[in-house]
Amino acid sequence: MESKICNLATQFFQDLKSFLRRCFFFILSVGPMPKHIAFIMDGNRRYAKKQNLEEGAGHKEGYSALMNMLRYCYEFDVKYVTVYAFSIENFKRRPEEVQSTMELIREKLDSLIDRESVLNEYGVRVYVIGNFELLSNSVKLAAKRAMDATADNSKSVLLICIAYTSTDEIVHAIEKTYEEKSEEFRVLDSSGTAGYGLIGLRCNGENKDKSLIDVEDIEKHMRMAVAPDPDIIIRTSGETRLSNFLLWQSASSLLYSPHEFWPEIGFRHLVKAILDFQRNFSYLKKKREHN
Amino acid sequence: MAAMLSFQIHPSTLKHQRFPHVPLNKLSPNTCCPLFSSVSKATNLSGPRGNGVLVNCLPPVDNHADEDPGSVPPDLRKDSMPSHVAVIMDGNRRWAQRRGLPSVWGYEAGAQAFRTVVDLCCKWRITVLTVEIDFIMELLERALRDELQQLMRKKIRVSLIGDCTRLPKHLQVLLKEAEETTKNNSQLHLVFALNYSGQNDILQACQNMALKVKDGLIEPEDINKFLLEKELETNCTEFPNPDLLIRTSGELRISNFFLWQLAYTELYFANSLWPDFGEDEFVEALSSFQQRQRRYGGRSGS
Repeated sequence: MESKICNLATQFFQDLKSFLRRCFFFILSVGPMPKHIAFIMDGNRRYAKKQNLEEGAGHKEGYSALMNMLRYCYEFDVKYVTVYAFSIENFKRRPEEVQSTMELIREKLDSLIDRESVLNEYGVRVYVIGNFELLSNSVKLAAKRAMDATADNSKSVLLICIAYTSTDEIVHAIEKTYEEKSEEFRVLDSSGTAGYGLIGLRCNGENKDKSLIDVEDIEKHMRMAVAPDPDIIIRTSGETRLSNFLLWQSASSLLYSPHEFWPEIGFRHLVKAILDFQRNFSYLKKKREHN
Repeated sequence: MAAMLSFQIHPSTLKHQRFPHVPLNKLSPNTCCPLFSSVSKATNLSGPRGNGVLVNCLPPVDNHADEDPGSVPPDLRKDSMPSHVAVIMDGNRRWAQRRGLPSVWGYEAGAQAFRTVVDLCCKWRITVLTVEIDFIMELLERALRDELQQLMRKKIRVSLIGDCTRLPKHLQVLLKEAEETTKNNSQLHLVFALNYSGQNDILQACQNMALKVKDGLIEPEDINKFLLEKELETNCTEFPNPDLLIRTSGELRISNFFLWQLAYTELYFANSLWPDFGEDEFVEALSSFQQRQRRYGGRSGS
């Protein structure tokens, strides 16, 4: 009987919180709302140390925080959410730590597609973005399962960056651009004009012809080309650096760095970020049009 | 070790801003200029300002260079100064607007702050300083013409990155001359980023590599991030990637300034407008940098 009352009470408070969040949404949505928010989930291990938890517990708390933030973002009609789960540079850590993190990632990728998960509730399509050649088979397969299971969802999008760095993404996009253009290069080369085509406007101001390689060519081969540029990038734990995350895409992104560690992030941080975004919106819009 | 300082001149300024020619004698410090006097009283500027010298873009040499070179303020540690600092010098126009002044006063005051930071970098042995400035071409031209001797005296090397093809020809020539004349200087490497865009820098590197593939100098499989970095315009410096990026005026974004080079750069957003950025603010930014724990993806030391 007591546990039944407890459950009812818990349900009541959750419904109340959800109602209050909807009220915030109606108020905030009077102004412009971000379409894409990216998160650098920094501070899981420091959180675990601060709370005297064992090492892996920080990541588990971090996963709960992620699910909450996803719920809040999708309630706020933020169509795209990107999270930086594992950098290529993180492979430099101790092998045991890398392995346990990869195992956790695999486990969580599988739980994302559970029937009760936030993703199914909000019709979220999953993309796993990164250099798959660096991943173990089990993680690769889990990523593929998550992407296949949600391929028909279209309401919102979750991009999970695993084995990702921006520099790797840019080099990969350039390689793909060369592959695509190699035929055109060969044709032009045989006619002796390939050199002129390759030189962009910067090197040869008089050449007004469209160069063979343009910014759009590189952009369409970016792994993140499935989403627009992020409006806001949030990095927790107070660090203000991008750590090789979305360098190409972050030119006009608002950068927000709350001091709390990732497992401590909450609804109030999202509201603050959106308010900052709305304050800067018209200026950002002019900058984007200019760029 | 020479320090590198890079400055970026924003393309929107080149398109829309023109400084109406004001004869120098109207702005002379020896002339009573009520507007200027009210500025120096009202703004309570910190740093080497308020002394009536907003005439020249870069006022006469102060004595910082004669003090003990390499001595740093007590708040800073000499052994962990950044090798390369990048600055987005934002807020000159807003500074002038808030005082009801024409924009040109903002740029003149901004030039003063720029001078202060250059001197401090020389003094504190910061190797490279990259700057994005919202400058007016006439001011830049005057600065280069008037200050070349000072640059030689202080052993400051000047470099230019970005697209200068849209500048007037005579300014392009002046910039080239400054680069050539100062190329052997080694105290501070001062890099002007003029109409520079991180995406365009990567694009031109990509195009250069494609040319080399076409000419058989490299194979397509050889292309990697190290090769790409060598082709970036910032490869003209000893430390191409900034350790610290400072942006003034409270704007919390990078705006397609550096891109590839900012992968692990510590970002510092100062609320003050650029003309108000002086030694105190610079010390605060460097102190914040020195307190950060840079892990480059690895684990923290504990």
